[in-house]
Amino acid sequence: MYIIVVGGGRVGYYLTRALLAEGHEVLIIEKEARVFQGITDELGSVCLRGDGCEVATLIDAGTDRADMLIAVTGDDDDNLVACQVAKHRFKVPRTIARISNPQNEVLFKKLGVDVTVSATNIILENIETEVSTHPLTHLLMLGDRGLEIVDVKISPESTTIGKSVETLSLPSGSVLSLIIRRDNKPFVPGTNTVIQAGDQIIAVTPPESEESLRIALRGS
Amino acid sequence: MKIVIMGCGRVGARLASSLDIDGHQVTILDTDSYSFRRLPAAFGGSALVGNGLDGEVLKGAGVEESDVFVALTQGDNRNIMACQIARQIFNVPRVVCRIYDPLRQELYGTLGVESISSTIVMADLFKEKLEG
Repeated sequence: MYIIVVGGGRVGYYLTRALLAEGHEVLIIEKEARVFQGITDELGSVCLRGDGCEVATLIDAGTDRADMLIAVTGDDDDNLVACQVAKHRFKVPRTIARISNPQNEVLFKKLGVDVTVSATNIILENIETEVSTHPLTHLLMLGDRGLEIVDVKISPESTTIGKSVETLSLPSGSVLSLIIRRDNKPFVPGTNTVIQAGDQIIAVTPPESEESLRIALRGS
Repeated sequence: MKIVIMGCGRVGARLASSLDIDGHQVTILDTDSYSFRRLPAAFGGSALVGNGLDGEVLKGAGVEESDVFVALTQGDNRNIMACQIARQIFNVPRVVCRIYDPLRQELYGTLGVESISSTIVMADLFKEKLEG
């Protein structure tokens, strides 16, 4: 694949190295002379000096034949514009933007950026997973569908222990997909399945029902 | 009209002040409170410190109830992004931004973002003056 990376900072540099190692054709676009020189010295001629938001630079980069453009500068606005120009002017099939403000995820999707990667959200999710006291963990966002996959842990204090699944008042749109019980044996819960302490429940839910799902599964 | 302006540089401050004189309800945003020195003492609108790329800041500036949003910072991309937030997230009926880069301006015109390129306007004015 031909991949263009906008922004030659640390993220762009290491991303390019990894993509090159996977055998892709990669070009980094970097504005600053010093950074441009550093990349060229280390990786050879994989860097183009210029503004990755400018149509003229993107023409030089051969963007019309790119399979993917990844914008990883430190500024959300620059990443948005680079992706939009690539998408609308050069018809790049896949655009990916790094974002710092998690709120921008919704906007970027609306404006035609295919994938957003938020370091802030990734770190937050890791904290949730690592801190086991956290009762509900986000596993995966199914962006286009308005659904997410979550992991709810049943602690010994949960008031739902001993109740069957059919007696729980689950919010509409939320479905229990899997229960992982002792010895890590996963199974698909039925209406008669009884909740036990230590159960790990994987569920699909609309994000807005997350709180009611947590209460339905663990008691308030 | 209720107008929110992002960027209190020379153009932003002048526009805010003249719209205020015409009786519009103006709120002007800038990341640096020092920029507000450019507003005249008689300015009757509000001046708020904050980043217009942040949805919470825009809400605080009353963008949801505003009729017009104008982006006049030094950065083309900042202006473009703020205008798209105002339009797409907060449904502001009219958004206008300054875009220096003529090629970027042309593209965003096709994407429905109304803009003025000061580069083109100034160059044309100078040309007209010189050629008579």
